[in-house]
Amino acid sequence: MGVGIEVTTLNAWYGTNHTLQDINLHIPANHATALIGPSGCGKSTFVRCINRMHETNPIARVTGSVRIGDLDIYADANPVEIRRRVGMVFQRPNPFPTMSIYDNVAAGLKLNGYSNRHVLDEIVEKSLKNSALWDEVKDDLKKKSGASLSGGQQQRLCIARALAVDPEVLLMDEPASALDPVSTSKIEDLIFQLKSQYTIVIVTHNMQQAARVAEKTGFFLNGRMVEFDSTHKIFTNPSDKRTEDYITGRFG
Amino acid sequence: MTRIRFQQSLDELKEQLLVMAGLAEQAIQRAIEAYRVRDLSICDLVSRSEIAINRLERDIDQAALDLLAMEQPMAIDLRFILSVIKINADLERVGDAAKSISERVRSMEQMAVAELPVDIPKMAALASEMVRKCLQSFIEADAELARSVLAMDDAVDAMNRAAYKSLTKVMEEESHIAPQALNALMISRSLERVADHATNIAEDVIFWVQGADVRHHKSKTGGRDPHAMG
Amino acid sequence: MQLKDEHKLQTRIRALTDGAATGLAVLSTVLVVAPLVAIFVYLVYRGASSLNLDFFTQIPKPVGESGGGMANAIVGSGVLLGLASLIGVPLGIGGGIYLAEFGRGTKLANAVRFTADVLNGVPSIVMGMAILAMVVHPEGHFSALSGGVALGIMMIPTVCRTSEEMLLMVPNAVREAALALGVPNWRSVLSITVKTASPGIITGCMLAFARVAGETAPLIFTAFGNSNWSTSLNEPIAALPLQIYVYAISPYDDWHRLAWAGALVLIVLIVLAVSLVRYVTSRGVLKGAS
Repeated sequence: MGVGIEVTTLNAWYGTNHTLQDINLHIPANHATALIGPSGCGKSTFVRCINRMHETNPIARVTGSVRIGDLDIYADANPVEIRRRVGMVFQRPNPFPTMSIYDNVAAGLKLNGYSNRHVLDEIVEKSLKNSALWDEVKDDLKKKSGASLSGGQQQRLCIARALAVDPEVLLMDEPASALDPVSTSKIEDLIFQLKSQYTIVIVTHNMQQAARVAEKTGFFLNGRMVEFDSTHKIFTNPSDKRTEDYITGRFG
Repeated sequence: MTRIRFQQSLDELKEQLLVMAGLAEQAIQRAIEAYRVRDLSICDLVSRSEIAINRLERDIDQAALDLLAMEQPMAIDLRFILSVIKINADLERVGDAAKSISERVRSMEQMAVAELPVDIPKMAALASEMVRKCLQSFIEADAELARSVLAMDDAVDAMNRAAYKSLTKVMEEESHIAPQALNALMISRSLERVADHATNIAEDVIFWVQGADVRHHKSKTGGRDPHAMG
Repeated sequence: MQLKDEHKLQTRIRALTDGAATGLAVLSTVLVVAPLVAIFVYLVYRGASSLNLDFFTQIPKPVGESGGGMANAIVGSGVLLGLASLIGVPLGIGGGIYLAEFGRGTKLANAVRFTADVLNGVPSIVMGMAILAMVVHPEGHFSALSGGVALGIMMIPTVCRTSEEMLLMVPNAVREAALALGVPNWRSVLSITVKTASPGIITGCMLAFARVAGETAPLIFTAFGNSNWSTSLNEPIAALPLQIYVYAISPYDDWHRLAWAGALVLIVLIVLAVSLVRYVTSRGVLKGAS
């Protein structure tokens, strides 16, 4: 089951660059929320603040609070713990190149000490089914390497890998931007199905995609969140002129 | 500014619709003039312009469809194109109404002039004013002006109802001028239709400019319904 | 048509240039490979005749007697290289991991890298003398241990720098994928990053191995050589390169022949060892064994 995310006065810096300014927002549980905005507006940084991946950069700094469910993730929790509850799928599919499909999906569990064969088998199957990849790979689980799949399949593999650790939140940073239209459609259908079990946050450059999959959409510009509302409102009648200029493609 | 070509296409679409609007407005005014002076040559003009109006309707629909398919318009652009498609249809009906009125005028030409208890010119002026205002609100993207059109519809409706009552009475009691009365009734109805179409156009303008759907919500006293969306 | 003729001429010139460049490349390759082939052929020519079962099973005979072999030197080299690998590989890989994964950009890392580079440049004989002073003198005798230590230390820089390079080549996306799963950094480094870079790291280890396998100078003051069977770490021990050296500078023809045979065997053994490692690891890594 997914949980809601409450972001309060979030500010983020990379060195002296004030990348995010006073972000306040509530991401509802078991919904898909899309974040749109021009390049460099801070939406990827924002998403990385939710699973504390932002900190892997030594010059990164964060103030403010992010609550996932009832846990304040910056208060005293260990980033490693947070990342088990918040899964992430990246723009370019990144399966582990030395591992088979099975090992890729099970990686999050195996690397954290789980070793029960039967349990792992079940979880791998369930995750691959949930990411609509099971039928295509079920005969080659241990024979084929993760990197030998097509781009769209690799991305679904990465989704399965993220789901295998049973997170509550799934963050997707432009998950389909490196994929062809057919794979993109498959991923979008997947997001639709996953919504009921997870809270999904998806960063996307593709506004039509945001419109297709997300109930709520947030528009970021220059490190601020300009408008956050139902996707329907944002795309048919946004309140802020800057939002409108962006989605109608009229900038400057 | 980006999407220059798209903006040009939108401007062209607006231009086309305005041409059509101009034709429709002119058709109504000519039809009313034909009634006033009983000039059949004006009726011919009205018939010809209706053909042009119909052709424009098809062209505009096609252009709008292309924009929807090719440009993925959003927000205000999307609302604009949808409004154009709807206004397009209403303008075509206005053209039909003008033609209908001019046909009535032709029929009445054969008949004797009769004194009828109905002020067609006044209704016509009101309806014509509504058409002018709603088109002006479209040109200027003026939602307030559009709302003022909504308020005028009640008056035209009332006049039409009154005409119905008095003209049916004439048809019962003075059967020698029943044909004239019938024609007048039909003209009255056509004018009421024109007023309805002008109202629709005004509602579409409000939808385009404000994203508010105010259809079917106007109260009897006219003006904005507080429960209207947006 | 003027243009067409010019175009034809240009095309022909381009084709000629292309052919010349290709020819140069082939020639360079031949020039590089030729000495290697020449050495190998000459070794076979000079040494193959002295190869017999005795060579591989017997220790050297006293001066004057013919026959004998270099069995003890072969075994001795094995012991020394095994010891050297035990020292050089873990320390080298560990250093490489530190430089690439944990200390990137820090002053300490720069110092470590600098030290490794300097160590790499230390002449092998100087290394031998250093170990002489640090291990042999305190112990009071030559030993296999000191020889192994000397060779091991010589392996470290190569293993360390190659490991660092290979680890840096692992795409950051792979690291991020592991971290995003909630895997602690140390675990991600060991199980994912190192594993991904392992083919390159292993190559680095083999390069270092091949280099020290033929080192003679450091062994002169440390392992010292032994004309009898010995595998004890606290005793002097025979080694192939050392034995070859001793025999080659001797005045005896018999010993000269054994030296040639020894040289041939040394090269062949190195090639075999490297190939074996390649074979074993290439199968394992590609399959991504669970």
